[in-house]
Amino acid sequence: MTATAQLPTNLNANPRLSRWLRFDAAGFVVLSPGKIEIGQGIITALAQIAADELDVDLARVRMIPATTAASPNEGVTSGSLSVEQSGSAVRYAAAQARAIYLGAAAQRLGVAAESLEVQDGTIVGPGNLRTSYWELADDALLARDASPGATPKAPASRRVAGTPAARLDLPDKVFGRPRFVHDLALADLLHGRVLKPASPGAKLTSLDESGARGIAGIIAVVRDGSFAGVVAETEDAAEAGLAALRKGAAWSAGEALPDETNLAAWLKSQPAETTTVDERKAVAPAKVARTVRRQYTRPYIAHASMAPSCAIAQWTGTDKVHVWSHCQGVYNLRTDLALACALPPENIVVEHVEGAGCYGHNGADDVGFDAVLLARAVSGRPVRVQWSRADELAWSPVGAAMAVEIEADLDAQGEIVGWRGDVWSNGHVSRSGRSAIPTVFAATQIARPFERFIAVNPPMANGGGAERNAVPLYDFASMRITCHRLLTMPIRTSALRTLGAFANVFAIESFMDELAAERGEDPLAFRLRHLKDPRARAVLEAAAKRAGWSTWRKRDGAGHGIGFGRYKNFGAYCAVVAEVEGEADIRVRRLVVAVDVGEVINPDGVANQMEGGAIQATSWTLKEAVRFDRTRITSDTWETYPILRFSEVPAVEVEILNRPEERSLGAGEAAHSPTAAAIGNAVFHALGVRVRDLPITRERIIAAAG
Amino acid sequence: MRESIQLRVNGAQRTVEADPASSLLGALRGQLGLTGSHFGCGANQCGACNVMIEGQAVAACDTPLWAAAGKDIVTVEGLGTPERPHPLQRAFLAEQASQCGYCLSGILISAAALLKRNPDPSEAEVRAALDRNLCRCGAHNRIVRAVLRAAKEAA
Repeated sequence: MTATAQLPTNLNANPRLSRWLRFDAAGFVVLSPGKIEIGQGIITALAQIAADELDVDLARVRMIPATTAASPNEGVTSGSLSVEQSGSAVRYAAAQARAIYLGAAAQRLGVAAESLEVQDGTIVGPGNLRTSYWELADDALLARDASPGATPKAPASRRVAGTPAARLDLPDKVFGRPRFVHDLALADLLHGRVLKPASPGAKLTSLDESGARGIAGIIAVVRDGSFAGVVAETEDAAEAGLAALRKGAAWSAGEALPDETNLAAWLKSQPAETTTVDERKAVAPAKVARTVRRQYTRPYIAHASMAPSCAIAQWTGTDKVHVWSHCQGVYNLRTDLALACALPPENIVVEHVEGAGCYGHNGADDVGFDAVLLARAVSGRPVRVQWSRADELAWSPVGAAMAVEIEADLDAQGEIVGWRGDVWSNGHVSRSGRSAIPTVFAATQIARPFERFIAVNPPMANGGGAERNAVPLYDFASMRITCHRLLTMPIRTSALRTLGAFANVFAIESFMDELAAERGEDPLAFRLRHLKDPRARAVLEAAAKRAGWSTWRKRDGAGHGIGFGRYKNFGAYCAVVAEVEGEADIRVRRLVVAVDVGEVINPDGVANQMEGGAIQATSWTLKEAVRFDRTRITSDTWETYPILRFSEVPAVEVEILNRPEERSLGAGEAAHSPTAAAIGNAVFHALGVRVRDLPITRERIIAAAG
Repeated sequence: MRESIQLRVNGAQRTVEADPASSLLGALRGQLGLTGSHFGCGANQCGACNVMIEGQAVAACDTPLWAAAGKDIVTVEGLGTPERPHPLQRAFLAEQASQCGYCLSGILISAAALLKRNPDPSEAEVRAALDRNLCRCGAHNRIVRAVLRAAKEAA
């Protein structure tokens, strides 16, 4: 590989090399990227990249969790961008650090740097001259900014990246050692609980605190406007205090929620901001013989993380606070906390500690601010705040409900000559640290409240939000895609894995199947006929081949279907073949997933993400919908918000098309949308019933069959 | 209200001072500092807090201390150590059977209870035994493979 003329973006923004890594005389490398472990295995992949560039054993790399006190600011760990963004920064920083250390070694040994090589950190020169990173370890060497010109290794000479390295975080988790923020044992730790409103938008009109104050072990009852909570010596006392507080609370009526039985009509009737996402006009417009129109929907979907959100905060005096959080971006949360507390950001430290699997903007930031508010009442002592399961399911932001309408113009031969798509949805992002007002929930509750932030969509350059993947990758001569972002938000929405791609790909791929079926054409052949991109074709063909698409024998009550998507239209390519059985209760038996993520850093990590994504998507597709009445979210237990269980999980086979010369692309969100489409299409193949409204439940199948 | 309650946890006799109606999970994670068992729902619906009591996998979140007193309790910390891992722990590492790992301790306990009563389970029996344990990341199939591997290697 040739010398780089330009620094990777995240390194350019945080050029100080010592922020990224240091060598320790005790024989290890400390790597401190700004991205965080959310169960996806990123710290292992980044350690692999550094080990490769430095020529050290993977076991010598120690990973430091992100903190605003020291780490480079790499924004939010989201969008399947960590290997791409942080990986390239880590690779470059490590390559430069290696060159700097080789320079120091050359000086010490009195030989040319080019004559040196590194073997697991030992630097070897001509005539068996030897030194090592550890002997030379000196923080002053990396106390300088990265500069263009270093030369990372060519993909072919990497030895660690590309191998299925074991996850660095797994031993702690398997042996039950404290690893999660929930498990953090701090001296003098107190426990806090917060009182959620009776319904969204409700204000606390009165609060009788006497019941809570009378409970043994209660240290403080905190009220700040409509925010209320307790601090106690033990979790049991905090729970009892919260129960007493709930009894003493009176709330105003909140904002009316929509009718959950007719979400599409509601979505289409709200005030919205309408934008054209993409438009393509045929050079010579074809004659339209007829137009086919279909509508597809998805409900609100919950993160439903296994752990309730949790954070610890500790104030020093009245103007400095330290927060331990499983947030997705330590700097972003710090920005929001600074705004909400009216403190300078430098007075706040946010330190990442792992939480349960994170699939987007969940309650982590919210509970961080809850902890800050409660801990202020007991300055000096750390306060651990943990939400309840009901809080987690009903009060975290959720993935937005969507309606997608597609029209295809067909010519006299039934060929597609025009395609129009319309998407109605709330915005998909209301993350912390990105706007003039904080988006942490309690900021709307405190005595001097902030406006509620109405979710927006990221720009198309970042993949868009509601409109993510709304533009089909198929080669249509004429096309117009329009997005309608709602300006009301009775149910709080923000980023959930894939944002709008899940509904858009489900819609496009279902519609493609419907059009192929009308023509009596094989769905795979129909897709390939409209697809030039060789990498797109390759994943479709690989999935079909592995699944035995062309030799599959149709049986009663069984079917197979295919789905394809390139995440964000510029990320990973993925195709899925689903095999299903059933009459009304659909069981997905097998999913065959083919993926192209460019250069693969950790094949087992990619396989794990693809398997997990496909299984989570099966759960979303068959079972999941946030339920609500006109005043509150009612799906606040695992019984009312069921997810896929072990006995219902399909076999998942993953085929990775490795392309070492192509840029690494994220794997975490590639499988979801094609999986949903493949299942929907397989249900149609099995039953002859087209379900266009997710989830594909018994009721929906019966309704669609009627 | 508060009483001295004797518990036998991971082979050791332990005493906690607590309300006998309070949860076993609270005592394990709090006074005993055994944070490997996790709180997930507090309603025996997710399995994240599963511990073995007299060889049975049960949710510690809704087991009152009085019901656990004097019984043999095993938590994930009692299954094995890095030096002497339980066959399941070895197999979960070998299969990389996890994503976030929050549900893992409860699943390891459910699986350990299964292998005690059925050392050679079929895949369907493993899935049935883990059906009350939820996993949100989608690591199910790796977990099932790991349990089958542990059974095979222990045989």
